[in-house]
Amino acid sequence: MSKIEKVSRREFLELTGLSVGGLLLTSVLPVSSALANVLDEPEGQRLNIFVSIRPDGEVEIIAHRSEMGTGIRTSLPQVVADEMGADWDRVSVIQGLGNKDYGSQNTDGSRSVRDFYTIMRQMGATARALLEQAAAQTWSVPADECHALDHVVHHSSGKALGFGELAEIAAGLNLPDPESVKLKSSADFKYIGRGLPIVDLEDMTTGNTVYGVDIHLPEMVYASIERAPFLDARIASYDKKAAQKTAGVIDVIEIKGKPLPAGFNALEGVAVIASNTWSAMQGRGVLGVTWKTSEHAEHQSSTYIDALAKKVSTSEGEVARERGDVAAAFEANSRQIEAVYKTPYLAHASMEPPMATAHLHDGICEIWACTQTPQVTQREVAKALGYEEQAVKVHVTLLGGGFGRKSKPDFIIEAALLAAQLEKPVQVTWTREDDIRHDYFHSCCAQYYRAALDDSGSVVAWLAREATPPISSIFQLGLNQMSDGALSQTFGSIPFDVPNLRLERVEADAHARIGWMRSVYNIPFAFGVGSFVDELANAAQKNPMDFWPELIGGDRHIEFSQEKFKFSNYSKPLSEYPYDTARYKGVISRLRSECDWDEPRQANQGWGMTAIRSFLSYVAIACKVEVVDGKLSVLEMHGVIDCGTVVNPDRVHSQMEGAMIFGLSLALMGEISFVDGVPEQSNFHDYPIARINQTPQVIKTHIIASDLAPTGVGEPGVPPVAPAIANAVFAATNKRIRELPLNRHYQV
Amino acid sequence: MEKLSVNGKVHQVDADPDMPLLWVLRDLLGLRGTKFGCGKGLCGACTVHLGGRAVRSCQMPLSAALGVSVTTIEGLSVDASHPVQVAWRDHNVPQCGYCQSGQIMSASALLASNASPSDAQIDSAMSGNLCRCGTYPRIREAIKQAATGSES
Repeated sequence: MSKIEKVSRREFLELTGLSVGGLLLTSVLPVSSALANVLDEPEGQRLNIFVSIRPDGEVEIIAHRSEMGTGIRTSLPQVVADEMGADWDRVSVIQGLGNKDYGSQNTDGSRSVRDFYTIMRQMGATARALLEQAAAQTWSVPADECHALDHVVHHSSGKALGFGELAEIAAGLNLPDPESVKLKSSADFKYIGRGLPIVDLEDMTTGNTVYGVDIHLPEMVYASIERAPFLDARIASYDKKAAQKTAGVIDVIEIKGKPLPAGFNALEGVAVIASNTWSAMQGRGVLGVTWKTSEHAEHQSSTYIDALAKKVSTSEGEVARERGDVAAAFEANSRQIEAVYKTPYLAHASMEPPMATAHLHDGICEIWACTQTPQVTQREVAKALGYEEQAVKVHVTLLGGGFGRKSKPDFIIEAALLAAQLEKPVQVTWTREDDIRHDYFHSCCAQYYRAALDDSGSVVAWLAREATPPISSIFQLGLNQMSDGALSQTFGSIPFDVPNLRLERVEADAHARIGWMRSVYNIPFAFGVGSFVDELANAAQKNPMDFWPELIGGDRHIEFSQEKFKFSNYSKPLSEYPYDTARYKGVISRLRSECDWDEPRQANQGWGMTAIRSFLSYVAIACKVEVVDGKLSVLEMHGVIDCGTVVNPDRVHSQMEGAMIFGLSLALMGEISFVDGVPEQSNFHDYPIARINQTPQVIKTHIIASDLAPTGVGEPGVPPVAPAIANAVFAATNKRIRELPLNRHYQV
Repeated sequence: MEKLSVNGKVHQVDADPDMPLLWVLRDLLGLRGTKFGCGKGLCGACTVHLGGRAVRSCQMPLSAALGVSVTTIEGLSVDASHPVQVAWRDHNVPQCGYCQSGQIMSASALLASNASPSDAQIDSAMSGNLCRCGTYPRIREAIKQAATGSES
């Protein structure tokens, strides 16, 4: 049981910006961060999450994580409400400000539920204990005769008092001994495990929502910024007067870029400030900015990825994980398969581009933004302005999608820098072109695989090499190798029971801002691993649904330490979240039973599958495709997830549906290519994402029933999709696709 | 000053006639339920009804909207009771929700012109509205419910 403390009204105000009465609680527990190393987040922070009960009985629960479509503003509060014995209809959710006292607010890594599930239960249970004790005191009866249910505390005699009536008394009590506070038995759950509708549902159907782009403040002005087109570009010239002459334009302001590494710094650019968004865009359109060149203006992604592919195919890298002796096994077994896979850069393309509003007043900088990382925003804005972090107040709006892009506050720093010069609120609107061209791109990748099969068709040797410009390059100039932590995402953590195994990393320099995108490195590595296993199954003339479990081998918990590999396990100990091959195989067998995999196939049609463990969850996906006259259609997608305990099954299904369609987009069409250091793509016509008419009519998702600890949900549905589709294409056509996206090979 | 009719109310608008309706609605009239997604008519987030027809407001200059009634998500119903809005809630369609104003405006325009669309007609009518969260399967189901008037 974590320590739970009461907080003062003043502290509450600082945390939420709201003034409330009644009982306030805070839970205190250190939480580790999956991205602590890159976000420089303090480990072992005190964690504060708040419940309040107003005298009128309304229970207010703080959402301290960012809502970008996962339903987290609903799922975590519903856990608190359940343990409290609150009536969900009398609960309101309040979005917390950025504040270190909450512990991590970095909404990333599919970890909101797994990091906060138990804490939320403890918080709810403690609130319930206080309310029951308050009732017991009022009635002069033992507390264990009092029971909270549906916003009322009942006594066995039939007496009852509402939460609102008890709030003042409860707030004055000493907190119960944490050890004495009992959590509900799962049989008594009322809301946990139920698909409650999200709290923002009605507002989302009436347009009554506030995203980053919807902030409006008195005297606010609007900015549109022309930014450095390639990495490390510097302004050479621009026509300030032309922009100033544009109707509605108020000012033209230069933003000075910082030297590399890129970090989360604002890019060098010229901002046009106007009385409305459109005028700002018009003024920007006539700036005619020219740029001084940099070494990164030489980056040609097509030849670059080809060079990486050649490098991984021909030269040894540094060993990341090894067992047995692959060289000897290759010597002894002549039946060998080799393949090289290439995957492109990708852009996040959330429907709401990055948007931020800043206002400097009374010695503080107040920010409103669609951010996944309000505390990183505080820190980075403070650094950019020369402020104390406490003087940066960050309001988190709803996010119109995030996918990792909105973890980087470069766009928010821009607003802060402009606000510092304007002395009035300023809103920075990114256009779609800005969003695509100035993304923190999902990295390109080349992978080489070589395996040997024995006479029975079993895999006896597995050699793999990867070259991927790493995300760490945005924090430290020149970093060009994947760490074990990065390789833990599928490439290095394969569970295959192969006696001889060798995994190598090869250097790859970064020439763009690289960033994490929904499921991160699992995307390219699932494509490599998932495709290559299918190639091996085919070589062994085995059904992939049989071959995958055979390759995984017996039921066991995998330890990686004997193989010199520092498996990160998404920052969780293997003792608590083992790498469990039985669960891995479990999603595969469930998948087989849920789709028509074993039914006779029509001509030109085929099934493909892949199963991946990511973010501690196990996901298997099967796709059915049809290829006719060079046109590829995905007809069906089936997904199975084992994510342990489920708080809100409807949101788990919706995340799986969404993740599979996100995977469909990148498999079919996702590609950012660079020519002379500049992305060739700019909007949805040349960076297409799946439309409804490209989405299979059959999309089914299944959740494995489990009472194990909750694991990730938002991301794990993405990685298996691309290899499942490519494998289905092979089943339909006998043609192996080793380079994404598929629209390089087929009309989609 | 030009007169622009939005959601049954006439507004006096002082703006460049070339300014897209989207920005007139959002920045000048404060109706921010209509979203900016691409500025090129490619994503449908800015969909509104112009004379009952679904249009991309980012591609519609103010001058083309004068004299025609504009309906935005805020004016689709007074109490969130339009059958499409109800169906959207019954199927828990939204994830991040950002594109949903546009989706709902496209769906309601479709049903106004075709009370019982086929699967192909739904896909065709909705293919201009992108959803990065991937709510398409539920959008299809919600439109079918709204078309038949049945509750889920």
